[in-house]
Amino acid sequence: MPNAIEITALGKQYGQITALQTISATVPKGQVIGLLGHNGAGKSTLIKLILGLIAPTTGQVRVLGEVPWGPHTHPLRRRLGYLPESVAFYGNLTGQEVIDYLASLKHAPRQQSRQLLERVGLGHAAGRRVGGYSKGMRQRLGLAQALLNSPEIVLLDEPTAGLDPQATRELYAIVGELRQAGRCVLISSHLLAELEPHIDGALILREGRLLAAGSVVDLRRQAGLPSIVSVRLNAQADGSALARELEHMGVVHEIQPDGRLEILVPEGSKVDVLRSVLGHPVIADVEVREPTLARLYDWLGANQRGNAGEMA
Amino acid sequence: MNSMLVVARKEFRDDFRNRWTIAVAILFAFLALGIAYFGGAAAGKVGFTSFAATLASLTTLAAFIIPLIGLLIAYHTIVGERDNGTLLLILSYPLSRTELVAGKFAGHCAALAAAALAGFGLAVAVIQLMQPQTRTLDAWLQIGNFIASASMLGASFVALACVISVMTDDKSRAAGLALVMWFASVVLFDLVLLALLVFSGGNRAEQAVYPYLLLLNPIDVFRLINLTTLGHGAGNDLFMGMTASHVYRPAVLYLVMLAWIAVPFWVALRVFRRKEV
Repeated sequence: MPNAIEITALGKQYGQITALQTISATVPKGQVIGLLGHNGAGKSTLIKLILGLIAPTTGQVRVLGEVPWGPHTHPLRRRLGYLPESVAFYGNLTGQEVIDYLASLKHAPRQQSRQLLERVGLGHAAGRRVGGYSKGMRQRLGLAQALLNSPEIVLLDEPTAGLDPQATRELYAIVGELRQAGRCVLISSHLLAELEPHIDGALILREGRLLAAGSVVDLRRQAGLPSIVSVRLNAQADGSALARELEHMGVVHEIQPDGRLEILVPEGSKVDVLRSVLGHPVIADVEVREPTLARLYDWLGANQRGNAGEMA
Repeated sequence: MNSMLVVARKEFRDDFRNRWTIAVAILFAFLALGIAYFGGAAAGKVGFTSFAATLASLTTLAAFIIPLIGLLIAYHTIVGERDNGTLLLILSYPLSRTELVAGKFAGHCAALAAAALAGFGLAVAVIQLMQPQTRTLDAWLQIGNFIASASMLGASFVALACVISVMTDDKSRAAGLALVMWFASVVLFDLVLLALLVFSGGNRAEQAVYPYLLLLNPIDVFRLINLTTLGHGAGNDLFMGMTASHVYRPAVLYLVMLAWIAVPFWVALRVFRRKEV
């Protein structure tokens, strides 16, 4: 599959400060990719470089096969959508006027702006001034404008900041629709747990360096993080036989304050462990938790390995 | 539509919507009518007097007010977008930095020119209705000259405001700088020139430089454009007498005024193109 974004030895320096250190990665078309990292990790800098808003100090980035920086980038920009972090828009204009203005800048079909407002649930507020919008409504407006002209790549910078759970769900539903339509979506976030179910792959940044890149499954495999099998025993049951068996298998486990037994299962031995656990009559309930991106992120931080490879 | 025109149209509409244009037009109309009617009050005579005298007084007043209005409608033009968080967004659109600044500049200039045309035009219409003898070609030329030069003065300060707007990173700082610039060009500049003139005494070489120094301030260029057109006898003999009038041919003055628009605008573009967002 051709790549939406190709990043080669990309670096950005602001005076003495290194915002991004020689990063190389590729983002395929048709996928939702999480750009993960804490504040100051370089996420926004990378997005600005992809959009051509700033010039790289070293290396280069190609977006849909083109260099985004410099003159003659207008045709490329019509194919991109971008939602910046916390955008307030023009308080004195109505939602409809804001999106009409942006639509005419992007040469998007006129009827599209109204449709997009409806799609993000702002149809009823289209005639109201944006100054009176809540944070969540402004984010929806931001999402609507990012979808003008049906862009091939959509970049969302911290899109769920300030959104209530309902609006967050709706945003991810739209992201899912975009993926189905074959668009590439890049979502930057530091909310690893929230993002995890919605992305195909991730670029993980820390302090301007790319810690890892790949599909979520591959990243987990790379890290070799254990899954957790959490077991609840029957009341007054004796779990010592189970504990002995686990020790015999060489599996780490510990009893939680609420009495549950948590077993750290290494990659590859999950089925064996489950089989032996389920054979014990003292078990009342079993829950399997895969390693989260948050744990992956912590693990990567502890094992900084610099540049990682390509997206699968 | 061309992206620059889209931006210009938005800025023009915003200035209307924020009631800037209308307020300024009304202010201009009242000032012009007030001066025309009460201008002769000191001489014990109220009522519409000579057209040239009215324009001369109006020039003095406009020289204070128009720069302030130009700075106030445009100082936030880029830095305000930065504050809103819309600057990054708008720059990610198919719109170059040049188109953005040029569109904003054009929109604000058009709003100011529209206000000048409407305000002064209305006043002139009223005066000519009351005083049919002022309906002469000369008067029309003087008025046209005044409105054109006032609009250019406004454009010059809109361009200077754009320079402030692209250089600063926060809106309140830009507002402060705009006021400093207004004070410096309206008050300080002339004071410094006057001091130079006084201390130079009878030094001819220094006095020969003086007419050229006046060209370093667009406000003085605006005064010169109007006062040279109105000629002597309009209450500005002192100003005219101090200066060597041969330097001040209208075409030269208009060219200098044009430079006072083009150069700050070019500086704003250059600074903005190099600025990290």
